[in-house]
Amino acid sequence: MEGSRELLRSALNGDKRALGRLLTILESSPKKAGEVITYTLDKEPDAHVIGVTGIPGSGKSTLISKLITQYKEDNHKIAVIAIDPTSPLSRGALLGDRIRMQEHATDPSVFIRSVPTRGVKGGLSFSGVAMIEVFDYVGYDKVIVESIGVGQTDIDIMNIAHTILVVTTPGLGDDIQALKAGIMEIGDIYVLNKSDKEGAEKTYSYLEFALESYELGVKRGWTPKLIKTSALFGWGIDQLVDLIEEHYKYVLESGLYNEKIGRRRMLMLKLLSEKIFMSLLEEYFNKGIDRDILRKYDLYNASIHLIREIVEKLIKYGG
Amino acid sequence: MGGTSDILELARDIRNMRIKVLVAKLGLDGHDRGAKVVARALKDAGMEVIYTGIRQTPEQVVETAIQEDVDVIGVSILSGAHIPLMKRLMNLLKEKRVDYIPVFLGGSIPIPDIEALHKMGVDKVFLPGTSLKEVIKYTVEAAKRKRGYREWRDLGNY
Repeated sequence: MEGSRELLRSALNGDKRALGRLLTILESSPKKAGEVITYTLDKEPDAHVIGVTGIPGSGKSTLISKLITQYKEDNHKIAVIAIDPTSPLSRGALLGDRIRMQEHATDPSVFIRSVPTRGVKGGLSFSGVAMIEVFDYVGYDKVIVESIGVGQTDIDIMNIAHTILVVTTPGLGDDIQALKAGIMEIGDIYVLNKSDKEGAEKTYSYLEFALESYELGVKRGWTPKLIKTSALFGWGIDQLVDLIEEHYKYVLESGLYNEKIGRRRMLMLKLLSEKIFMSLLEEYFNKGIDRDILRKYDLYNASIHLIREIVEKLIKYGG
Repeated sequence: MGGTSDILELARDIRNMRIKVLVAKLGLDGHDRGAKVVARALKDAGMEVIYTGIRQTPEQVVETAIQEDVDVIGVSILSGAHIPLMKRLMNLLKEKRVDYIPVFLGGSIPIPDIEALHKMGVDKVFLPGTSLKEVIKYTVEAAKRKRGYREWRDLGNY
């Protein structure tokens, strides 16, 4: 039986089968995932994590595919974590981000993994963050995280990605939409994709105005940038890569790199704790719960009682 | 009244197992309605379905299955080229040491070809008229079988 360490070693030697398997372990077993991550923490992280967010249909996947092409030419190893929503009703998921990136499927320097949200608020699950650690460990130096693209709930991505791209398209509304709080405050680089479409100039000037008005947008020496692209026609991709690299240089020089790594690891800890607790809670409600609990305690104390029981069980059996 | 308990058992298995399926269109054929209907049915049954879009090569399908670590591969072919395409796919799975992943095939497959497909290792062939329930039931059973294979378990049990 191969342990996590052997799997990591194989993955480090370029065995994609072992890497694919490791990622499944991160998704399936909190205990084994903890083991895997403990090994990876031995190494100083050195990957550049790029978060890509923006509304559904703005062309994120196609844009990422073009970025992969560029980064491949510059001899980078690229990993993509493509997050798609899980249905709250059936708990199934249709993961289709890959469709736009399949031209890279057989490339030895590219690894693409689809990740369903599995009901996690904010869209970024424990396994999504843990995957970043593993990709970094086995030598992928550009790790691109594609979010599900419901803007305001994507804040978790901001906390852990080194460079955040916000993708938008022409024709989504007027200047007030662009000024709304949330999405316009998180980006390092704003990408107006599909700029071959009608109304691109107008949307561009709205965005320019929105960005200018945000004093908040200036994050310690980096002024958010705005760029027009058309992923479909390949316009503006070179310039976008230049901007991303310019931002990365800033991240390295300003000390933001390690700050983000610290936050990423804290987020990982928080998400795993949440995952373990929630699964025990759910198990409790499915079979273990005392149906008379609300007769014995008031609502608040019933909750506290429940939490105590779960924690005691955890300590006793180790999860 | 065995029908209802069958379905409940199926639903429970799907929920517990988190089954991951790759649905792929192989070769130069743009007829993707069937593949999309199957992908959606598996998703609605509670599975995680990777859909790769049309005109995939056997190499792309195998690489995708490896990177996504799927339990089952479903292929749809309506072009008539199923024999050479599936032969290539099955050989590649062996070559890359992932032939423990069960493969099912759907499409316009002439009945006399079915035996040859089974011989090259295709686990199941679905002909036109197959019910979605049948496909769902088979996929769960195939995923269970795959997770029992030693070679796969050796790659890190959980």
